[in-house]
Amino acid sequence: MNIPILRLGQTYESYDQVELDLGGGETLVTHTANPGLIRRDLLRIAEAKAALDAIPADTLASYCEQAAELFLHAELPCGDATQSPRQYIESLSALTRLPHSLVRMNMGKIHAAMSQVRTVINGLTRNLPLEIFDRGLASLTDLAVNYYPATTSLGVSLPSNAPAVNSLWIPAPVMKIPVLLKPGREDPFTPLRIVQAMIQAGFPKEAFGFYPTTHEGGDTILTCCGRGIAFGNDTTLKKYAAFPSISVHGTGRSKILIGEDMIGRWPEFLDVIVQSISANGGRSCINTSAILVPSHRDELADAIARRLAEIKPLARDDEQALLCGFANPAMADGIDDLITSQLKEPGAEDLTARHRDGERKVGAFDQTYLQPTLVSCSDPEHPLANTEFMFPYASIVEIPQKDMLENIGQTLVVSAFTEDPDFIQQLLLSPDIERLNLGPYPTNRVQWEQPHEGNLFEFLYHRRAIQGDLVT
Amino acid sequence: MSSPLTPEQASAELDAHTREMVRWHFSPETGCPYWLDRAKTFGFDPLEDVQCFADISKFDLFDDEILRKEDPARFIPKAFGDRPYNVFETGGTTGMPKQRIGWDDYKTDYTEFSDHYGPDFFPSKANWLMVGPTGPRRLRMAIEHLANIRGGACYFIDLDPRWVKRLIGMGEMKMAKLYQEHVIDQAATIIRHRDIGCLFTTPKLLESLAERMSLADAGIRGVFAGGTTMTPQYVRFIEEEVLEGKINFAPTYGNTLMGLAISKKRGPGEYSLTYHAPQPRAVLRIVNPDAPEELMPYDEYGRVELTTMTKEFFMPRFLERDEAIRRRPCDEFPWDGVGDVRPFQSGTKTVIEGVY
Repeated sequence: MNIPILRLGQTYESYDQVELDLGGGETLVTHTANPGLIRRDLLRIAEAKAALDAIPADTLASYCEQAAELFLHAELPCGDATQSPRQYIESLSALTRLPHSLVRMNMGKIHAAMSQVRTVINGLTRNLPLEIFDRGLASLTDLAVNYYPATTSLGVSLPSNAPAVNSLWIPAPVMKIPVLLKPGREDPFTPLRIVQAMIQAGFPKEAFGFYPTTHEGGDTILTCCGRGIAFGNDTTLKKYAAFPSISVHGTGRSKILIGEDMIGRWPEFLDVIVQSISANGGRSCINTSAILVPSHRDELADAIARRLAEIKPLARDDEQALLCGFANPAMADGIDDLITSQLKEPGAEDLTARHRDGERKVGAFDQTYLQPTLVSCSDPEHPLANTEFMFPYASIVEIPQKDMLENIGQTLVVSAFTEDPDFIQQLLLSPDIERLNLGPYPTNRVQWEQPHEGNLFEFLYHRRAIQGDLVT
Repeated sequence: MSSPLTPEQASAELDAHTREMVRWHFSPETGCPYWLDRAKTFGFDPLEDVQCFADISKFDLFDDEILRKEDPARFIPKAFGDRPYNVFETGGTTGMPKQRIGWDDYKTDYTEFSDHYGPDFFPSKANWLMVGPTGPRRLRMAIEHLANIRGGACYFIDLDPRWVKRLIGMGEMKMAKLYQEHVIDQAATIIRHRDIGCLFTTPKLLESLAERMSLADAGIRGVFAGGTTMTPQYVRFIEEEVLEGKINFAPTYGNTLMGLAISKKRGPGEYSLTYHAPQPRAVLRIVNPDAPEELMPYDEYGRVELTTMTKEFFMPRFLERDEAIRRRPCDEFPWDGVGDVRPFQSGTKTVIEGVY
């Protein structure tokens, strides 16, 4: 199978190519875009914007809803071939080592983001009518508001390990902003499938750039588009810190905080905690990576460790599979070595080691896995206490409730298991939390109308003060 | 342009040139202090034991650190007497730069380059613009010489690659981008306000310049570029899109230590580049990276080894930080070529190159 570049809708076959093994004797060839080629396409971005501007946003939203069904059910173009949903699942699993069950789950998340795009956009715009994208003007409780696009393009550098993060850019074409996508090396399929579903549903093909490219090409997409979204870690965050036009989705360090009022009920929360740590193979930034408790640490930790140790490596096509293999075994080696060396620092114990079969790193079903790991830390400053890895990993720390918020640091999601009004008030005012779940909810729970990690609408559009004789 | 020589004649010419140059550099009447001193440590007598180019393998691999450590004056051949010389430095080095002295070599190299391309390729009497590293580099004088012997003048816009390297090392991506824009702004201004027909620049700067304006519409008729890896895809992109299929393109491979290797003429739709050294003054060989005394078979990648032999400079068996495919002699150049050059080991590890 060949996947060429899409240059604002036009297929382009590059001489620079990357060959990937799809298994079963099949190979995938992705065509690599040189950075200059991307910049030249950006010289024509006005045409892409004009093509979207010619269609009412309400129509684009309807196209997106239709695209959701095509994405989930249709045989869609995929380079020089077509791809059924089953082939999509199998191919993506072969390249990323995500189990089929998790690919399906991610498909469901993407479908939801597309089919509920009106809800998503309502959440982002706080219920402005879609015509704001057609006219720039709308009324908000008798107040005229004027928003104008802050950019003519959104560049997105995507990861390979989390197909559902594509949900983040999906509203952009409905908001009439063309997108230029750099797929992750091992996941060209997901963004391409979304793009093809959107084109089939009626979006102008000029609105999409799809550029498998190098790191330099990724930098080009991010720095040359008017707005950029990148995914990565603290290093990525630092790299693009000087570019206010780039929003980096970095390390989540999502946490569960259990209040003094509810810690005595800890057995009730085991399911939610285990799900928060292990859902999606523990690969998401919204997976729990630390649990803070005011007491009962040892009992709770042992119970979680026992449950996590029950999650075993299974074949990728096993419906019960939850753990992901590592497409690059060296990455598993690095993570395992780091945890092992940091466990040597006093004050940390791998509790899952007591319950699981074998070592943390195991080979099974022709892949390398890291088995779920819970580390009990006596000090919130321990290097393993506030970190995250690409597998089901969490720490558990005992710390007085009054000291919790001072110690969490920047946290993407906090699920606070408490009904204590004073603690809730402190949580609501904390500057360190991006998404706050109040009550015993998993950290990976997503409500579409409550965007986290920045608001795409406010990222792509600016509000202008407007007054005078307005014809609305 | 076909060569008048057959491969056999070219080989014989190289052997004769090797004998002459070794005699020049290792004879007390003409040689330089550095090589005359080094010869005392050899286990062979260059004057007796080097009779053909193959005998160059008797020399150890050249350690380019010598060009940082030694006073360049120790490389002045006695025969040059007190004649003033130029000190040239290599490109993007940080710290103590590598230095090479010279007198007329750059003129010889660039006159030969000029002779290779007719007036239909780079119009005669056209003015040139060089956008790239000037400063202590041979290239700056070489391009001006090229423009002058073709009847034109040369304008210059400087880019300091050492500063760019430093910015990138400091993680100052944004500042590096602003610096590049500053360079391109100046180049665009010159092109808009002066009659420029030919351009020398690096491929990346060429791309950026062409994002500002149609170079064809601006009157550019020929572009001479070098400095970074050019894959077949990249060459195709430059020719089809950056130069809009309307401007002649001469990619070259070269540096201060070699001079410049011209790329073999390509047929329509052919984008793989093969460079041929300015033999016999310089020789490029593709050698086994693990056993540099062995030549690689044709059509296989190996490490690039450079030997430079002029009356001004002798440098046997220097392993470049590049790898390339060993290509066969051709009608234009009846000696081996180096194809699809890229940074050494870039096929197996990440290499940062092309800072400008």
